[in-house]
Amino acid sequence: MEFEPVIGMEAHAELATKTKVFCGCSTAFGAAPNTQVCPVCLGLPGALPVLNKTAFEYVIRTAIALNCTITEKTVFDRKNYYYPDLPKNYQISQNYACIGYNGWIEINVNGEKKQVGMDNVHLEEDAGKNLHPETGGAESLVDLNRAGIALMEIVSRPDMHSADDALAYMETLKNLLQYLEVSDCKMQEGRLRFEVNISMRRKGEQKLGARAEIKNLNSMRTALKCIEYEIKRQTDILSNGGKLNQETRLWDEASFCTRAMRSKEQAQDYRYFPDPDLVEVHIMPEWQEKIRRQIPELKDAKLARFIADYGLPEYDADILTSSKPLATYFEQCQKFHNNPKSISNWIMTELLRELKCREMEPDDCPVTPRHLACMIKMIDEKTISGKIGKQVFSEMLTTGKMPDVIVMESGMSQILDEKEISAIVEKIISENQDTVESIRAGRDKAMAFLVGQIMRATRGKANPQLVNQILKDKISIK
Amino acid sequence: MDIHTLTLAEAGKQLKQKKITSRQLTQAVLQRLKSVEPQIQAFLSIAEKTAFTQADEADRRIAEGGDISPLTGIPIAIKDNICTADAATTCASRILENFHPPYDATVIAKLRRAGVVFIGKTNMDEFAMGSSTENSGYKITRNPWDRERIPGGSSGGSAAAVAADAAIAALGSDTGGSVRAPASYCGVVGLKPTYGRVSRYGLVAYGSSLDQIGPLTKDVKDSAIMLNALAGHDPQDSTSANVPVPDYTSACGKDIKGLRIGIPKEYFAEGIDPEVEQLVKNAIRQMESLGALPIEISLPHTEYAIPCYYICAMAEASSNLARYGGAHYGYRAKNAGNILEMYSKTRAEGFGTEVKRRIMLGTYVLSAGYYDAWYLKAIKARTLIKRDFELAWEKTDIIAAPVVPAPAFKIGEKSADPLTMYLSDIYTISLNLAGMCGISIPCGFSKKGLPVGLQLIANIFKEETLFTAAYAYEQSAGFFNRKPPL
Repeated sequence: MEFEPVIGMEAHAELATKTKVFCGCSTAFGAAPNTQVCPVCLGLPGALPVLNKTAFEYVIRTAIALNCTITEKTVFDRKNYYYPDLPKNYQISQNYACIGYNGWIEINVNGEKKQVGMDNVHLEEDAGKNLHPETGGAESLVDLNRAGIALMEIVSRPDMHSADDALAYMETLKNLLQYLEVSDCKMQEGRLRFEVNISMRRKGEQKLGARAEIKNLNSMRTALKCIEYEIKRQTDILSNGGKLNQETRLWDEASFCTRAMRSKEQAQDYRYFPDPDLVEVHIMPEWQEKIRRQIPELKDAKLARFIADYGLPEYDADILTSSKPLATYFEQCQKFHNNPKSISNWIMTELLRELKCREMEPDDCPVTPRHLACMIKMIDEKTISGKIGKQVFSEMLTTGKMPDVIVMESGMSQILDEKEISAIVEKIISENQDTVESIRAGRDKAMAFLVGQIMRATRGKANPQLVNQILKDKISIK
Repeated sequence: MDIHTLTLAEAGKQLKQKKITSRQLTQAVLQRLKSVEPQIQAFLSIAEKTAFTQADEADRRIAEGGDISPLTGIPIAIKDNICTADAATTCASRILENFHPPYDATVIAKLRRAGVVFIGKTNMDEFAMGSSTENSGYKITRNPWDRERIPGGSSGGSAAAVAADAAIAALGSDTGGSVRAPASYCGVVGLKPTYGRVSRYGLVAYGSSLDQIGPLTKDVKDSAIMLNALAGHDPQDSTSANVPVPDYTSACGKDIKGLRIGIPKEYFAEGIDPEVEQLVKNAIRQMESLGALPIEISLPHTEYAIPCYYICAMAEASSNLARYGGAHYGYRAKNAGNILEMYSKTRAEGFGTEVKRRIMLGTYVLSAGYYDAWYLKAIKARTLIKRDFELAWEKTDIIAAPVVPAPAFKIGEKSADPLTMYLSDIYTISLNLAGMCGISIPCGFSKKGLPVGLQLIANIFKEETLFTAAYAYEQSAGFFNRKPPL
């Protein structure tokens, strides 16, 4: 009997607004605990929420980009549950009239295009963070800096049927949110989080099986592992004639498996009702249109422009526009130094390799566009060779120093003085008479050996073109 | 001279004319407060030290002759569910014992800027849930007219304080009649402004869609002076209305010839005390003699007001009061083994019976499977009740009605039966549900010498009509000259 997985996802993205969704507190990441708080986000008696218009517009923008129907009259609802990271013991969210409904997104799964439906897109407030001492003390601490940050929830339909589908969905959605400039989507800072709903059914059947809802997935890699694990777990149970129950499960990173958290019977009743502290928001067609016009340049348009304006091959443009932060990185480099193809080459090879192995976003890289552009300029001006450039790049990555500083401090600048190079060439020739003879006898390949010797003697600093030229001259003269 | 008996308008005048100082006035009021407090128990905290600092500051302002408001230097009492940065705000609940908010409510900030002297925080039903102030977690306030009786609630401390001249004026809050009912029981003027007229920022929420801060004063003009200072749009309260604020005092003194007074027949049906009915009808006749035109009207959905109110208010309360769990501030139960136990023990020990009852009922009506049957039905009934008023405004300018069915009852008389207690709100809650404004003004005394109030109701943002009618009646009736026997 063959089973097929049915997967739906809930994405939570912290919006890139400077202030929180219902008060004026800062949303900057990494501040000392409980320093970005006020009576409103602390949930003090008598404090009242006031909606952040930018946050609301970001959700409309996203809903439009996800092809949703926009609700004309939206309301905020209270989701009631007790937890110390939720100071009011209710979360302001949307349940009865979300901002967007019934959208879709196109994903590309190994070359095959698929559509994933969107159930709804809505706005809510984030909770704080509970910190449990690792020493296992009796008291836990609560940091409410995150409490009240604007959080957008995007709920997909259960339209995915493999881990590959889910991965493509997560990547496409993240990419879109970054392009829309509504969230920086930094998963390592918890600004984008996914929850997975997964069930199994016999192939060809329409009816959905009992689903597991899995929380605590802090990266796409984890989400992927979790989906693979769940498919196997549920398939094993069903294949052995077992029965699955609807339940919430928690991903356990340490043991790489999911654990039951609560069953359907224990499911919480959130007692949603309209929040009387906030008013209905009417999204009139003119407002929608205004927001639609504010949607920034998306991937396809940017790709076409990169080919037209910078003369880049389609292959390059496609990679550079694969994420908004990368495209921005490229364009910033270009502002400092005009050499699109060379910049593109450095980004596609050195930069992307380093970002990938460090799981880092381009804007967090110590090698900023200014660093990279400045270094390429030094290559173009022949101050350093491309080979030295690679050393400079890795030095910039570890120290964050500017390339000219690195080159100056370590004396890496190229030797362009013909006399200096000639002297070294002569020395190498005299030490390798046998090789010189074999070259004269027609073994051209041995040239490379001599060039290598010369470069080693100059620690790679000699200009390769000059070395080649002088070497050829000297050998044929003799 | 007993300057503590002055009205706000008179005291303001004498301060401005430098006949008295704010320090003298504050001294007199605090002295009166201390002498009557053992009998009436109106206050939860008295701010003597800061009051004198504020009085001296007001005197300096008055001496400089610059920026003076009609409230500069006036000693005022504040209901203990309005946040004050310099005094504890307990909502008369053990769960907020010694809770000091780090911020001022918008109304407090406004009064502070006006130069008000804050003399103390007044007793109330815990979290404003009650009609008698018997539900306070700390003490029972007594009616200055008869200390065996309740002062009404939930702003009972504020009403009793003003009636006893222990404050020149006071702030209360009105969710279902909590300003108007105690005003009626204590023989003072109580105003429930239009929903959205006064900012709720810093008013500890009970039923957010119904709560509104209102003044308790010695007469109608004082009420208008207070509203001038309190009203206005507040960007910190999304439900506050961005509607211009007129000078309400100029509405006092206009004549009421031709003013149509609607008399809702449902408000004079069974359950009303004959003495109250007579006094209210006399008041209407008095207004008729001043040129007003009484007409009978109907508010047909009145019978649904009490169930509708209690479902809406309790649903909201169950969520509003969820934050008192001991995690972040306020009382926390000792010896809780885990977090769930911390919440349940804290709330079991910190809340009083009535609060728990309302939280449980509110939780019930919002629960899965009951939401449609209870909460949604109540919301629909609320729309119909509002519609009743909207239709009435086509025929009338103002509505006259009793405030409460009977004069103040005895302490403990209704404690055993919450339903009877809830029924005493019958004439006041409809306009909270509809968002309208209303005022309670003294209209006479029962044979036992207990004050009875007349309620006037007007359409949203028609407080001026209320003041015009109330002032005209008050000036011709003159009951406000009688003082309680203390």
